[in-house]
Amino acid sequence: MQALYAQLLVGLINGSFYALLSLGLAVIFGMLNIINFAHGALYMMGAFVAYFLLNLGGINYWWALIIAPVVVGVFGMILERTMLQWLAGLDHLYGLLLTFGIALIVQGVFQNYFGSSGLPYSIPDQLKGGVNLGFMFLPIYRGWVVIFSLVVCLATWFLIEKTQLGAYLRAATENPTLVRAFGINVPRMITLTYGLGVGLAALAGVLSAPINQVRPLMGADLIIVVFAVVVIGGMGSIMGSIITGFALGVIEGLTKYFYPEASNTVVFVLMVVVLLVKPTGLTGRAA
Amino acid sequence: MSALTDDTLPMTPRAMRDEMIVFAVMATLLAAVPFTGIYPFFVMQALCFALLACAFNLLIGYGGLLSFGHAMFLGTAGYVSAHALKVWGLPPELGIVVGVAAAALLGLVTGYISIKRQGIYFSMITLALSQLLYFLYLQAPFTHGEDGIQGIPQGHLFGIFDLSKPLVLYYVVLVGFLAGFLLIYRTINSPFGEVLKSIRENEPRAISLGYKTDQYKMLAYVLSGTLAGFAGSLKVFVAQNASLTDVHWSMSGEIVLMTLVGGLGTIFGPVVGAFVIIAMQQYLAGFGQWVTVIQGVIFVSCVLLFRRGLVGELAHLLRRSL
Repeated sequence: MQALYAQLLVGLINGSFYALLSLGLAVIFGMLNIINFAHGALYMMGAFVAYFLLNLGGINYWWALIIAPVVVGVFGMILERTMLQWLAGLDHLYGLLLTFGIALIVQGVFQNYFGSSGLPYSIPDQLKGGVNLGFMFLPIYRGWVVIFSLVVCLATWFLIEKTQLGAYLRAATENPTLVRAFGINVPRMITLTYGLGVGLAALAGVLSAPINQVRPLMGADLIIVVFAVVVIGGMGSIMGSIITGFALGVIEGLTKYFYPEASNTVVFVLMVVVLLVKPTGLTGRAA
Repeated sequence: MSALTDDTLPMTPRAMRDEMIVFAVMATLLAAVPFTGIYPFFVMQALCFALLACAFNLLIGYGGLLSFGHAMFLGTAGYVSAHALKVWGLPPELGIVVGVAAAALLGLVTGYISIKRQGIYFSMITLALSQLLYFLYLQAPFTHGEDGIQGIPQGHLFGIFDLSKPLVLYYVVLVGFLAGFLLIYRTINSPFGEVLKSIRENEPRAISLGYKTDQYKMLAYVLSGTLAGFAGSLKVFVAQNASLTDVHWSMSGEIVLMTLVGGLGTIFGPVVGAFVIIAMQQYLAGFGQWVTVIQGVIFVSCVLLFRRGLVGELAHLLRRSL
């Protein structure tokens, strides 16, 4: 049973990353009508920023949790201002191609300097060790990742669904022209939205650095799984992304325990099943 | 409606004549390659990728469907052909047939799953499906995992043509490429192709005119996948191996890149794009990961600056369709 709980925990952690990443993809897609293929590369950048902060500046994990998303968010906003904004009005596929190109550039540059092997990033002192819950041993850092991610996801949901700013954002998603007519600076909101989505990816990167090591290609395969998550859950609902993300992580964890051979394909297989049963995805919006 | 081709020209006899002239020039130049001293292996490889890119272009350029998993057809046909040749000992022509049939079957299955979803979702689904296959092939015993299937016997095509002779192999690959190219050209200019273009431009309107658009898209997808598989089977004879790189998402990205560089929705663009990208990889092989960076830069600059691609820009300048 110990092993089952351990795999469930790993599943929850992966689920946290799926949730944070698919959430960002959904928010960005809502405003920019772009599927951000660079999301995995920016997640990796988040982890690398944390690594640089620690090893070059001696700045610890807690600061990295704040600084890395800001740095990567600003980088993302620069990308949006200099490139993505020119794609408004074009076919969706150009956004996919452009961000795929950006992902290749970012990953290629990092691979060139850091190879393909992982760089270690140690768990901060405050989160070292673990607690015995009676039925399993819980490493504190892993518990922290799950709970912190959940809090961030819910905070993002609250920001978008329950605040004034979120209301503008949702309105601009539906009808940008009308919202502009009310005197709201929609282009700036688009830039900030991209920064927010990308910042969430960078945050996930910092969280994963002590668990998965810091590697240039850490986001490359992950983003494809997240795409499958997005296809299953649809991008229409924020809460849908969060729940689907965590749920798929848990299912993946269970698969690792019961049938490890299928653990890296289970999310894709589930996507196929969902598409066969309900071609529009779980949230049911046609797109 | 679609931003893919902003200047679609109607098919006139003159356009048809221009295209046949360009085709004849291309075929002649390619047929002359062995006498020029250019490394034939390079050209054969480029021809396989050119056919692959043309097949991909049939789907995106004329059907408006961006498949981000086209490497799965290349890899699947490659593995099946390689296995048939090496383990079952089939002759080359049957090896190709088996590989192409496998790609067609894969097209039917993955098309059934993905074709109902529009636009960006279709791209994500095809990418995810190809990643699923990647992991399956990584674990399946017959693919030999990381090693791939190596040392594939080339044999005698139809019992006559000795494919282990580079010159013979070159012309066989060339004939295969030209046949595939003409089939795609014929498809594009058939009534079927016209309906496909109308779906690309305005799908709701095509539906309102009574076309079952899902069926047209499905047929285009299966045809594209089958031809991509044909390219994969031919490539087995050239490379004499079948490996995981052919199923990897980065290969799907390269197929997209070749077509984008040459020009989406142009007839000759994918061929030019494939030669450009393969040549670039050849010459820049010593630069390691910078090749990936350069590919990324090409992607970005194509999307931002030359959305028509090399051939598309040329056609626009000449006011012809190429």
